Amino acid sequence: MRIFDPHVHMTSRTTDDYEAMYAAGVRAVVEPSFWLGQPRTSPESFFDYFDSLLGWEPFRAAQYGIAHHCTIALNPKEANDPRCVPVLDALPRYLVKDGVVAVGEIGYDSMTPAEDTALAAQLQLAADHDLPALVHTPHRDKLAGLLRTLDVVRESALPAERVLLDHLNETTARAAKDAGCWLGFSVYPDTKMDEDRMVAILKEYGPEKVLVDSAADWGRSDPLKTRKVGDAMLAAGFDEDDVDRVLWRNPVAFYGTGGRLDLDVEKPGATHEGNSVLRGGS
Amino acid sequence: MLTDTETDTETGAETGAHTSVDMDIDIDAALAALRKDLAARLDRTGREWLDRALEEAARAAGATAEQTPEREPGTRPAPWELRFASAGRHCRPARPAPPAGDDRPTADAARVLLLHAARTDAAGAARLYAHGTAAERRAVLLALPYLGIGDAGVPIVEDALRTNDTRLVAAAVGPYAAARLDAHAWRHAVLKCLFTGVPVSAVAGLAERARGDAELARMLRDHAAERTAAGRPVPDDLHRVLDLAASTPHPEEG
Repeated sequence: MRIFDPHVHMTSRTTDDYEAMYAAGVRAVVEPSFWLGQPRTSPESFFDYFDSLLGWEPFRAAQYGIAHHCTIALNPKEANDPRCVPVLDALPRYLVKDGVVAVGEIGYDSMTPAEDTALAAQLQLAADHDLPALVHTPHRDKLAGLLRTLDVVRESALPAERVLLDHLNETTARAAKDAGCWLGFSVYPDTKMDEDRMVAILKEYGPEKVLVDSAADWGRSDPLKTRKVGDAMLAAGFDEDDVDRVLWRNPVAFYGTGGRLDLDVEKPGATHEGNSVLRGGS
Repeated sequence: MLTDTETDTETGAETGAHTSVDMDIDIDAALAALRKDLAARLDRTGREWLDRALEEAARAAGATAEQTPEREPGTRPAPWELRFASAGRHCRPARPAPPAGDDRPTADAARVLLLHAARTDAAGAARLYAHGTAAERRAVLLALPYLGIGDAGVPIVEDALRTNDTRLVAAAVGPYAAARLDAHAWRHAVLKCLFTGVPVSAVAGLAERARGDAELARMLRDHAAERTAAGRPVPDDLHRVLDLAASTPHPEEG
């Protein structure tokens, strides 16, 4: 089973995770830029983070045979902090980079006017840079947030078929599908979706334009959830082609639209002690 | 710097730090060979992209400072810098390198050619490195011997040597480092290669700079002793460098 995790925050994960993910079949990941748990207070802090997503993290991933790409954006939560908003001005120089396959995560957190502005501006940036957009749907007041997101998408220059709406569930999938967007589902240990509910969604909506991700980060989450969904799909009677479509071909098709996806991963020849990230000491 | 032969030519006659050996290379011939080898690995679309990109870079080089004001935040990079950033997706190899040929990423060569064609100065190199992805930073490092910026690129090399990204470390220890790093920094660069597993064959001017370096020999012996004490093997590369460092003019060190 080959797996592409279209949404996972590897910066927050260990090399053990990379090793386990590779063993489970993960060969490619997309790491969306997001908040780090601790709020940032200046654009420079974002720039170091973006540079890491285009430098150090792909290097770490490559050591474990996994192709790493990222999405770049000012996330909705921090779009509310005026100290961070100047990040928007610097996004054009990041959005031309080879490793950037979408604008994201954008969307709503608390549905404020500042979030309206950042969402609309970044959908326009995606259109300007010939990139798709990864749009996070809010955790609180989810259906209202989704409908408001769809309004902003409709008013934007970016066609709905270049938008991936993520963190969907039973209450929001229909509206997202009817709008013509790609459907993303995050599978979590306690919150968001679980494997069995994911299989039920796939039975109802089919595998077309459906993506499954672990959205694993610094909170309670599991980077192997993609594999567990694949196993649950097979157990429920889906065939291997369906699994490959959801866990590989759909994310390749979505993130490949900008022409930047490069799935050939060459392991750096040099490792210290054979298997660890190179610390250059001790 | 892009083939072993060139490396030897660039550094062969010099042994000390702060030399200007990289100024002695035939830059035009080296870059012409680089472009020829690159073009041979690209398809027609890639070659046309490269030709246009190099024209744009040359145009930017011809513009005066007044014609190229500092770009406002929020605007896209200059056209040639957009090419520099996007070389990875536009210069993918259409065919493998010939046997024994240069099989390094085609985008590296494209970016080196662009940096030279744009006559990138010290400030430009520093900015493109600081704003670059790992691949772009590697290209700036590889281009340093061709840019004619004197010692101004040393901070870039030092930055790369502080990383643990082996692709950057390997690019940092080229002929520019051989010519310009002081003895302390250069010894630590060699040791860093041994620590991170970068083959010392990547270190330009190794024989010339390591030969007879008693302090380097001491550092290598200490490192070997530490590994032995931990029950770990001593890499062959360490012995290779130690043989050089312990050789004349300090035969008693051997």
